[in-house]
Amino acid sequence: MTTQALPLAQPQTSFWSRLGNARRYIMIATVIGILLLITVLIGRVENTVADIVASFIATTITFATPLTLGALSGLYCERSGVVNIAIEGMMLGSCFFGFIAAGYFKGLGLPDQTALWLGVLIAMFSGLLFAALHAVLSIRFKVNQIISGTVINILAVGLTGYLNRQLFFQQGAHQLQSAGTLSRMPIPLLSDLPLIGGVFNQPPITYLALILVIVTQFVIFKTVWGLRTRAVGEHPRAADTVGINVYKMRYANVLIGGAIAGLAGAFFTLQSVGAFEPGMTAGRGFIALAALIFGNWSPVGAFAAALLFASAQAFQINLQFYSALVPPELDFLKKSQIVGMLPYVLTMVALTGIVGRTTAPAEDGIPYEKGE
Amino acid sequence: MADQISALEIKDITKQFPGVLANDKVSLNLKKGEIHALLGENGAGKTTLMNMVYGLYHPDHGQIFVNGQEAHIKEPTDAINLGIGMVHQHFMLIPVFTVAENIVLGNETIKGLQLDRRAASQRIRELSQQFGLEIDPNAMTGELPVGVQQRVEIIKALYRHCNVLILDEPTAVLTPQEADDLFRIMRELTQRGVSIIFISHKLKEVLAIADRITVLRGGRVVGETTPQTSDEHSLAAMMVGREVLLTVEKEKAQPKEVVLHVEGLRVKDKREHEAVAGVMLEVRAGEVLGIAGVQGNGQTELVEALTGLTHSFGGKMILAGQDVTNATPRRLVDAGIAHVPEDRHQFGMIKSYPIADNMILNTYHQEPYARRRTMNNKAIEEHAKRLVAQYDVRTPSVYTKGEALSGGNQQKMVVAREFSRPIKLLIAAQPTRGLDVGSIEFIHKRIIEQRDAGAAVLLVSAELDEVMSVSDRIAVMYRGKIIATVEAKTATREQLGLLMAGITPEQVAQK
Repeated sequence: MTTQALPLAQPQTSFWSRLGNARRYIMIATVIGILLLITVLIGRVENTVADIVASFIATTITFATPLTLGALSGLYCERSGVVNIAIEGMMLGSCFFGFIAAGYFKGLGLPDQTALWLGVLIAMFSGLLFAALHAVLSIRFKVNQIISGTVINILAVGLTGYLNRQLFFQQGAHQLQSAGTLSRMPIPLLSDLPLIGGVFNQPPITYLALILVIVTQFVIFKTVWGLRTRAVGEHPRAADTVGINVYKMRYANVLIGGAIAGLAGAFFTLQSVGAFEPGMTAGRGFIALAALIFGNWSPVGAFAAALLFASAQAFQINLQFYSALVPPELDFLKKSQIVGMLPYVLTMVALTGIVGRTTAPAEDGIPYEKGE
Repeated sequence: MADQISALEIKDITKQFPGVLANDKVSLNLKKGEIHALLGENGAGKTTLMNMVYGLYHPDHGQIFVNGQEAHIKEPTDAINLGIGMVHQHFMLIPVFTVAENIVLGNETIKGLQLDRRAASQRIRELSQQFGLEIDPNAMTGELPVGVQQRVEIIKALYRHCNVLILDEPTAVLTPQEADDLFRIMRELTQRGVSIIFISHKLKEVLAIADRITVLRGGRVVGETTPQTSDEHSLAAMMVGREVLLTVEKEKAQPKEVVLHVEGLRVKDKREHEAVAGVMLEVRAGEVLGIAGVQGNGQTELVEALTGLTHSFGGKMILAGQDVTNATPRRLVDAGIAHVPEDRHQFGMIKSYPIADNMILNTYHQEPYARRRTMNNKAIEEHAKRLVAQYDVRTPSVYTKGEALSGGNQQKMVVAREFSRPIKLLIAAQPTRGLDVGSIEFIHKRIIEQRDAGAAVLLVSAELDEVMSVSDRIAVMYRGKIIATVEAKTATREQLGLLMAGITPEQVAQK
């Protein structure tokens, strides 16, 4: 008889791999830092460093708004076990309907800001309706959730494109007025801070996004609702055996996600641009999904990832602005195609898992079948 | 008299599933404070019955009484409210939750808007002291050993004030010592007024722990008895419906030359963890080497590497003098390895193929089944007919689809294919899992036949009884290593149980 002592086989771990989640935040901070540094180096001929940094931070926060909201929308869905690739479609649809609604209310003689706020509500409601469709298809009829999401994405493009043509270009169509955009709401004192003051001088949807990050972090990890939501996303049968209604939890969370996607849509037509163009969400919904994944399905993580992708957009805008100052040896930075790719390239790199794999809820995307 | 009222009474429950009558007028009476065993083979309808008591399924006919009152249980919530708790065979625990989170889920207390974690932990500690169930409420559930996870499940039921506890095959994942510990807990619970239904197909355990035994066969109650008035043989006969041999009859092994030599083999599992961490073993022609161990200690990965289904990243595998490390499955099959896989649906057969085609999955490219690029259907049919007769596969035709067969017949089909050609090494992984006693007896006999015909046999099984009765030598696998090899004749359950828990004789001596 042979026996020997047995030390547990320990997988070899480097310092870097032991950092775990922190790696992602370090990587995000580093990339943002590099982009900011390049911007400062190019732009400091004309502006003070403080001005450039302040403007870069403010722009990043602005661009991060729809990405953050989109990611939070997906977070409620996927934590409860429903994959949502329809964030893009929900955003596009709701940004259209929110815009139409705001114009309609303005036409009724309401003040612009009131009309815009009502538009935001309508946008959230239409996001909720799109989500209801996704929920019924994927929870009630157990349709493959990727297909259901694709259906909604295509539907949103077709529906908004068609209605847009009918409303604005058909002869004799009623011409809607734009109600403009939601005005900035500077927060006293905070908005006067150096460098980061711009963060506190934003229109309301941006504040709502920041508040929702904190609220969602609390809801998901500290409340009964969050515990049950995570339970049905991880192991629905286990939740079922302790008397939790899996279907109800999933419906509710998908609908909450839809309303938040609607808020993200409102950002485009009611806060940022003040007009609707077909396809104006331009893949932000998918980048938001990437932020959700890269952020490991946590609100704060998704927000950090949204900041990363937004900083790439801010970088692109700044380079266009300083285009004349770019030194000749960095000529390629003048080509907008190259720099414009950056947010998308970063998205892909983030998703390759180089900076640590993330783990989706175990039953994400799998319809729940109750026994008979 | 209050004592006469049953804690739970099931009357004439019938449940029809598409194509199967899962329960046919089943009645059962659980007295207060007793341990009532529900004994039956896989597919006898034990779990279905209990799922109806717990509100996961709904009976077509019949009644359920709790404490003498008729109960209409539509949802698990109804069962919980009636004081019924169930520990499922596959645990209903969320691995990424803490123990406390798993226990309170669905029954949470709040403080303001937040979950009241402190109150939950407090209550769990009280329960764990009261019932002698040691547990850390803040541990991450997925990182706990299965025995401890089971304790979490029991506390989960107690947390909901259960007085009827259903345990579905609770010992399947435990070492013998962990099972003893569970039995101690069960007795403790009954002393405190909990009545227990213990589902099992293991005769020894049922005899050791139960106060009364109800035996199910094919969805019907075939008898009720007590451990005092029955023994293993009578229970087995009730379960199967005929006399069965419980021990494997075999001659002494005549080991010859080394057929399989494995040295320092290392294999990663699907999550990239090192599951096999340097395994050394040798199997000789004419002997059965059994590998014992609790499920999940690297046995699956070891077998996959030895049969070419996965790659090893270190070590050597030598088959009859040839180095076949990381060889393809085709080469290993041609070199004389037969494989009865652990998961027959995934690796052993193609469910949608007819039996005839399933019978040539490893030889289809050879004469006479292949003629250049075409199949010789006549030869294939003859081959299948011969094997079906020889191995007693019960089927209407050799063109019946594999999935239409019962589990036992599917396994016989796999065994027939693997054993019907000259082999040097037989690797059988959980060869009798999920089979009825009759099929188990048959397959054990065939394995010994292969041994006596001069094949080397590597038997991997989580059933300690199977390893002990079929093997000549037993190697115990723990955390990816073979920690000891013992002679089957002299090995005891206690000794193997300790080894399966990773405790070597030296460690025992130190204590």
